[in-house]
Amino acid sequence: MIDRKFINFKQKNIISIYTGIFLIFLSLIFLFLKSFINIDLLSFLPSSLKLIFYFTSGLLGFYLIRSEKSEIKIIDIINKNSNNNNLNGFLTLCILFLIILITPFILSWFILDANFSGNTRDECTGEGACWTYVKVWLNRFVYGLYPNEEQWRINLSFISLAILGCAGLFAKEKFKKFLTLYYVVIYPFLSFLFIYFLISGGPIFFDFSYGIIAAVLSLIIGLFVPKKLKFYYFLIVPISIYIYLKYFLFYDELIELGKVNGFNWVETGAWGGLSLTFIVSFFCLIFCFPIGMMLALGRRSSLPVVKFFSIGFIEFWRGVPLITVLFMSAVMFPLFLPEGMFVDKLVMVIIAISLFEAAYVAEVIRGGLQALPRGQYEAAKSLGLGYWKMHIFIILPQALKLVIPGIANTFIALVKDTPLIFVVGLLEIVGMLNMAKTNPKWLGFAMEGYVFAGIIFWIICYAMSKYSYNLEQKYKTER
Amino acid sequence: MKKVFPQLLTLILIFLIIGFFTFNANVNMSNRGMEFGYSFLKRAASFDIQFSLIEYSRESTYARAYLVGLLNTLLVAFSGIIFATFLGLIFGIARLSPNFLISRFAGFYVEFFRNLPLLLQLFFWYYAALRVLPLPHETEGFNNFYLTIKSLYTPSLVWQNLNIFLYLLIFSILLVFILKNYLKKIQEKEGRQYPVIYISIFILIVIPSLSLISGISSFEVEYPVYKQLSKTSGTFIGGLAIPPEFISLFLALSLYTGTFIAENVRAGIEGINKGQKEAAASIGLNRKQILNLVVLPQALRIIIPPTTNQYLNLTKNSSLAAAIAYPDVVLVFAGTALMQTGRAIEIVSITMFTYLSISLSISIFMNYYNKKFSLTEK
Repeated sequence: MIDRKFINFKQKNIISIYTGIFLIFLSLIFLFLKSFINIDLLSFLPSSLKLIFYFTSGLLGFYLIRSEKSEIKIIDIINKNSNNNNLNGFLTLCILFLIILITPFILSWFILDANFSGNTRDECTGEGACWTYVKVWLNRFVYGLYPNEEQWRINLSFISLAILGCAGLFAKEKFKKFLTLYYVVIYPFLSFLFIYFLISGGPIFFDFSYGIIAAVLSLIIGLFVPKKLKFYYFLIVPISIYIYLKYFLFYDELIELGKVNGFNWVETGAWGGLSLTFIVSFFCLIFCFPIGMMLALGRRSSLPVVKFFSIGFIEFWRGVPLITVLFMSAVMFPLFLPEGMFVDKLVMVIIAISLFEAAYVAEVIRGGLQALPRGQYEAAKSLGLGYWKMHIFIILPQALKLVIPGIANTFIALVKDTPLIFVVGLLEIVGMLNMAKTNPKWLGFAMEGYVFAGIIFWIICYAMSKYSYNLEQKYKTER
Repeated sequence: MKKVFPQLLTLILIFLIIGFFTFNANVNMSNRGMEFGYSFLKRAASFDIQFSLIEYSRESTYARAYLVGLLNTLLVAFSGIIFATFLGLIFGIARLSPNFLISRFAGFYVEFFRNLPLLLQLFFWYYAALRVLPLPHETEGFNNFYLTIKSLYTPSLVWQNLNIFLYLLIFSILLVFILKNYLKKIQEKEGRQYPVIYISIFILIVIPSLSLISGISSFEVEYPVYKQLSKTSGTFIGGLAIPPEFISLFLALSLYTGTFIAENVRAGIEGINKGQKEAAASIGLNRKQILNLVVLPQALRIIIPPTTNQYLNLTKNSSLAAAIAYPDVVLVFAGTALMQTGRAIEIVSITMFTYLSISLSISIFMNYYNKKFSLTEK
């Protein structure tokens, strides 16, 4: 009895399924032909009826192929996924139509009708994008107004920084324990040196001589420092001696001499493009993380002054938009500096963005600290660890592991915020696009520029989010 | 009181830094012959603002200009929030759909718009996408809506005695709140349920429309009419003109923030244990009751706090308006007014204080909400 019913059910459906497939195929192929090859098989119908035809034929098809179980595997999958009721079938159809309608347009704009050749505006005759524009301006989009013959300095420093950054991955087992020190202290310092000497072209000779003087002096004094404090001593004193020598002792002479020595000085105002995006985001990432960590600890501190200072600081920066912060650093901050003192725009921007993002990082890390069970603190204390040892070895590693996604989101937000530095007149890639757009020779290609920058930013941000996801999976521990 | 010394040290350090800056500011300002004070707010602003919700002219004061900017900021933030919530809800739910195509489509939207800088999106809409629109004399229009490169012209409502209508509206909203609480009390006492939603919709529609029916307040629809200025140029008169700055800011803000809200919605729905639904079904609740009494209250508890944060972000991000010359508070006040008066400290502090007070009031509300609605486990 049951068997016969089942067979009937199947036989009744097999015809309707094939009719349904045919109807769906019909509506899709008609639309496909119309949008890809511009052949309108329904040209005899008025336009409103055409629309009704596409939808009724598609919907009827989806209705007909809907069955409990057909023998065809693909139909079963489609039914289970995208066709389990009328609404779902309708939405599926809408998205299919959308894809068919949009694809040829995008294809032709991006590739088929686009112009790639030539070096002048006249080459761009097609309907599609004018990639010639991007090709011609690529140099500016990447290096900004940096002089052409000096651009190898940017390339060299970025390549060497990338190699130095990867160096940690190949470290031998023996050196693994120094990796944190390397990435937190040495690598940022090295990158500063590269950017200062190579990209900016600081006065090399004098800087090195000051460095040698500072090193020798601090070594000699260091002999008399008690062993306990030696680490802190060498962390702080050599750099402060160096800064004292450089900026307070021979400042005026140095400006004159500096111009003679080293590479040609390239002002930060001439930096720009993608390289500036990288520089700003790199330094802000490096600075905002430790500041944010200290603020997060400060907010949970038992000392009221530290606690309220941290709360006030965090809430202030989180409460204002970045653009007003940059406005402040551009128009208000110079008033707060001593007369004659001048802080470079780029330095000011990096400080402002770092402080701004640090507040967000602090809140993320605080979430991680709060999520840790109290037993961890108590266990650490019962081992006799002090505040700093407890946090560095027990609490922070666990808390940071918990908040990897949050920190990654903040970092991605930071990268996406870098275009805002146009407020102080620095032109990174979006700023350069706006400049190129107004060039009288190349008017009317705004779209290409924004799409180009969009692709670059999208790849960077998407890669960051995927990387953070991998990190999260890697450090996930069952609790 | 333990550890007085490090605290004292921090305090002294903070005061030293503040003192250093104030001292410098004093010296610098006296050198330049500048005075500190907010009296300039009462002077005439003497600059034009393209788009304002309240009456404003060149003779108006700086304070008035500030108000215009603030209202413009609030307008774009408010409309952006509504549309972003709409997008977020739809795409957040769509991302969980069993339909492969729909969930992929929603995922594509989220991943695409989330990973592009907001400023880039804003420039894209303003300088690239909206620039391909036709000129006023070339447009055909759609049902009295004219989308041109200059503005979006739509029909507008001309009200008579709008205030009476609004008072009635506010009154009916209050009434709905009171009624809701009252019916809830009855339900707790007697266990009987009333169709609260239908009653409140009824009240919200009927009471304000009383003023229209009785003829005390009325409105007419004003359509934009094309007017030829010369052979090749023309403009529309009448109706409502929405400037492209507003449209692009609105689109960029809501599309960008919508992705984050979609993620929040998804997390909220995914965060509910399947057992909750099954338990609710097993005690005999129907589908609607499960959704209203079990799923939504728990999902909202997860969704609302991060979503409020996103609303706040949208409001702060609306300051990017300065980049495309939409007259918001940053452009009008920290831009034009600052250029004219040169009072950097006063103006930047007012601007920052504005945003700070908006976000602090929202975070105070959030703290209250969290305290009231957070789960108290164990």
